[in-house]
Amino acid sequence: MAENEDEEQEMIEIFAMGKKYEVPKGLTIMTALEYAGYKFVRGCGCRGGFCGACATVFRKKDEYKLRMDLACQTAAEDGMYLVQLPFVPAVREEYDIEEVDPEEHDNVLLDYYPEIARCVSCNTCTKSCPQDLDVMDFVQAALRGDIERTADLSFDCIQCGLCTIRCPADIKHYHLAQMARRIHGKYNQEYSDELQKRLEEIEEGKYDEKMKELIEMCEEDLRERYEERDMQGEEEG
Amino acid sequence: MEDGLLYYPGCTLKTKASDYEESAKAVMEKLGRPLVEMDDWYCCGAVQSLSTDDIMHQIAPIRTLCCAQEQGETEVVTLCDMCFNVLRRANTRAKENEDDLETMNEFLDEDPDYEGNVETYHLFEILRDMKDEIEKAVKRPLDDLKIAPYYGCMLLRPSEVAIDDTEDPQIMEDMLELLGAEVIENPKRTECCGSYHTVNRSDIVEKRVEDIVGRAVEDGADAIALSCPLCQFNLDYHQRATEFEVPVFYLTELMALAFGLDIGKEIGMKKHRVEPNALLKEKGYME
Ligand code: FES
Repeated sequence: MAENEDEEQEMIEIFAMGKKYEVPKGLTIMTALEYAGYKFVRGCGCRGGFCGACATVFRKKDEYKLRMDLACQTAAEDGMYLVQLPFVPAVREEYDIEEVDPEEHDNVLLDYYPEIARCVSCNTCTKSCPQDLDVMDFVQAALRGDIERTADLSFDCIQCGLCTIRCPADIKHYHLAQMARRIHGKYNQEYSDELQKRLEEIEEGKYDEKMKELIEMCEEDLRERYEERDMQGEEEG
Repeated sequence: MEDGLLYYPGCTLKTKASDYEESAKAVMEKLGRPLVEMDDWYCCGAVQSLSTDDIMHQIAPIRTLCCAQEQGETEVVTLCDMCFNVLRRANTRAKENEDDLETMNEFLDEDPDYEGNVETYHLFEILRDMKDEIEKAVKRPLDDLKIAPYYGCMLLRPSEVAIDDTEDPQIMEDMLELLGAEVIENPKRTECCGSYHTVNRSDIVEKRVEDIVGRAVEDGADAIALSCPLCQFNLDYHQRATEFEVPVFYLTELMALAFGLDIGKEIGMKKHRVEPNALLKEKGYME
């Protein structure tokens, strides 16, 4: 048979829930599972590495170690073992943001998340973070009451929860860090006048027209607009 | 590090025992050996693990010693007695037991191995060798104060890590004398304060406090001096269940007072339950 003009799609073998499938090379773990017929009802969101919904664990060929990453950002490789993981429902403490003034507590983070005192510095959390954050370091900062450092080190957290499902001490790193960032924002950082101004403008309807214009645009124009956008925004408004 | 000392604070010094940290920093600055906080450090775990297969629990203190090593340093000084005890015990084990060190390094995985070349010190061990400097720094001798030193457990036990004679320590007595204070011999000074029973068995701690503080008072002490934040909390806070109102100072607070440092004016005001102002006013150390 004559060779096809188009190059033949290279295929790889993956195992999903133990069953072997052939899927095209170049897919992500998420799309490979979908190619194999799995449907993501939960554990999938933005598909762009931002929402943190798609935390997954997998094994690579000939490795015994369990690896962790985002399913939408990790390439499927030949011989990988894949699973669909239930979402991460770690317990989040309830608090009233008005009542967590760090000045009023010895260590407000420890009050709400006392389990951080169980950290044995194993560093498993740091190793499981798909964002490459210093997770153990921000837990340690929280333990010593350093809210600013906890907030700074965790700034890029996307709340996927991999640190939390791997922690031998039951620490809820991502909820803890979110609380730290909220406290830091409310009590330590300066209030932004610009933000207040912008909110008022929005309420007054200043952007209604522009918004309507966007809604009515076709996809192609929208894409063009998006690609040409100005990241920083202009000085004035 | 030229004159400075690489300093491992531990969590308590950053929260409940900030009085201790502030006064120690001011005192060491004055003595020409400022405390320089480590770039990175981790909670030591607070209690030495007693389980048989406990290598995992050594990782936290060893990781901190690794941080010192990676900073290119060979000495770390701590203020908290608990931290001191945990760090030195883990370090001693790593230095003296090759197999254990190897297992620890396996746990550390991708992080750099600990080579076992860092020494851990308690601040008192540094101060012991600075008698001349201390004597020179005293501006306002504490000669109107009768102070009972209290060591508790963590500085002296087990004997492999003790900073002084386990039965008859003198380190604090010597320093208090340099400050000009009248030292009250305290036979209860190496007895336990009740430690973590404070969490759920305050009755035990109250008995200990009654006994320890009671004896100091009987022997004429105006105040107690120590360095462990947990002992400080127990002896200070749990006096509320007794008839006593004896200030419990960190030794460095008394030093700050004797050196006439600004911070000496506010000692014990922030975190101590028994406020020392009445005593310090009476003796003319405070307006
Ligand atoms: S689906 Fe949003 S991060 Fe992967």
